[in-house]
Amino acid sequence: MAEKSQKPRAISRRQFMSETAKTACGVSLFGLGLGMYSQQTRSLPSLAIRPPGALAEDDFSGACIRCGLCVRDCPFDTLKLGRFGGDVTTGTPYFTARDVPCEMCDDIPCVKACPTGALSPDLENIDDARMGLAALIDQETCLNFQGLRCEVCYRICPLIEDAITLELQHNPRSGSHAFFIPTVHSDACTGCGKCEHACVLPEAAIKVLPRNLAKGKSAEHYRLGWEEKQKAGESLVNPDVEHQYNLPEGVEYEHGGRGLIDEKTDSVPFGGNPLDTLNQHKADLQ
Amino acid sequence: MNQLKMPGTDRIASVGWLKAHQWLLLRRLSQISILALFMLGPAAGVWIVKGNLASSRTLDVLSLSDPYVLLQSLFAGHVMGTTAFTGAIIVLIFYLLVGGRVYCSWVCPINMVTDLANWMRKKLGIKGQGLRFTIQTGYWIFAMTLVLALVTQTIVWELVNPVSIFYRGFLYGMGFAGTMILAIFLFDLFVSRRGWCSHLCPVGIFYGFLGSKSVLRVTAMNRDNCNDCMDCFSVCPEPQVIKPALKKLTDDKNPLIQSGRCTNCARCIDVCNQNVFSFTTRFNKQDGMHLHQQKEIMP
Repeated sequence: MAEKSQKPRAISRRQFMSETAKTACGVSLFGLGLGMYSQQTRSLPSLAIRPPGALAEDDFSGACIRCGLCVRDCPFDTLKLGRFGGDVTTGTPYFTARDVPCEMCDDIPCVKACPTGALSPDLENIDDARMGLAALIDQETCLNFQGLRCEVCYRICPLIEDAITLELQHNPRSGSHAFFIPTVHSDACTGCGKCEHACVLPEAAIKVLPRNLAKGKSAEHYRLGWEEKQKAGESLVNPDVEHQYNLPEGVEYEHGGRGLIDEKTDSVPFGGNPLDTLNQHKADLQ
Repeated sequence: MNQLKMPGTDRIASVGWLKAHQWLLLRRLSQISILALFMLGPAAGVWIVKGNLASSRTLDVLSLSDPYVLLQSLFAGHVMGTTAFTGAIIVLIFYLLVGGRVYCSWVCPINMVTDLANWMRKKLGIKGQGLRFTIQTGYWIFAMTLVLALVTQTIVWELVNPVSIFYRGFLYGMGFAGTMILAIFLFDLFVSRRGWCSHLCPVGIFYGFLGSKSVLRVTAMNRDNCNDCMDCFSVCPEPQVIKPALKKLTDDKNPLIQSGRCTNCARCIDVCNQNVFSFTTRFNKQDGMHLHQQKEIMP
């Protein structure tokens, strides 16, 4: 009798073990798949920009509970929620600058709406937001790079003259004009995307990208000599030895100045204006 | 006809269809009203409640958050803001009062989908359990969601949580949300009876933990009247919770349904023609309150 009652128990224990193993394996496989999927969805499409104050992407995916309150409180309908099966991680907020850029509200309602701090409440001044970084990505189509005066991106920038400046360069095509090169400054650009939105080209030449994509990084040991010199007030290396010119006696050469100087006559054999030299030569021939 | 007898037939015959479905109707009203409250904003511009079940703000005053989502967030290494934290505490207290899995039966919209699947199962005469899962599977999945959050530092379950996907689908745009809901419906209809809500969903597991401690409970107070018609077992999404209370199998012969798995859906109260079941608190362990009166009346 004792044997009989033990036997079914032994089987049920075996059953229990195999059931548990089956369940554990099944769930683990499911979990593995889910984990892989979650890692894949972490790579945010480069044109999807997170709202102001968003934590770094790695922290954000653990902090955002996908409630969409930031989307609701965005007065310009800039923010969208990633849809199930879409490119952006399901349920997380983003915006596409080319469609609707961030208007940089002073009171930052999206950050105020966030219950978890995934949009960090430390962001109190919208100018400190770093949603992304504008980059003038295509010099071949940007009108200002052709020597034209479009500069809509510069004019529309909420931080004009800080985040985008126009840098003058010589225009060798015409010889007498300047290029006004729109130049983004990463220490001021918030990544609001108004420049990308406003770019007049059918496909924007200036685009807001995640900062890690848009920004290079110089090696930590790099020093720029002229900056170091300014900081120290003097050159940190031995001063350059003055260049020795092997010239006939009584003749000097002034680099970056008058050029070749005949001390005897104090005349300049080749004047500053090359046309004079040419005309002189022409006159000599006649 | 060898079609399954629909449970509650006797009850309908004696008190009418409406009374025999009163709790069910109230539950549907609750589930639909909550969704409708959220929908009023995006659909009609009337912003009473913003957000979704993960976190919401009512009339710009009351902030509520889902404690299970915040638990995952905590495992993912993020310490939540105070708004979310206090919101989660309020929700915790609420479900500790009314029953943990009241979330499942009175709030969660997926419940309507799986209830429909189960109803159709009966209508189509699909017998048996289909693919069998034990509740252990649910516990494993629940543990998995927390482990995944810890390992990946992401709230992984919210990527696929059908409850969230349903709500976000309706409130923020469907995407492929429809396919997920259809998949759950077909799963419960053809693959596994009451498979999702009663065996697999980790959200239900979490609220089940709260439910084992919650105050409001169903009691089989008049169990001596039971005529073993089995209607309550047939309608109950978690039939195993009824038996200990109904058949006096607990040590203290307690008529309370004590399992946290009970969803307080009250369908057993609806269908029982003998008035065995009723709502009470966990402190009321009285047995057969109306028994003496009924004995006197009955010959």
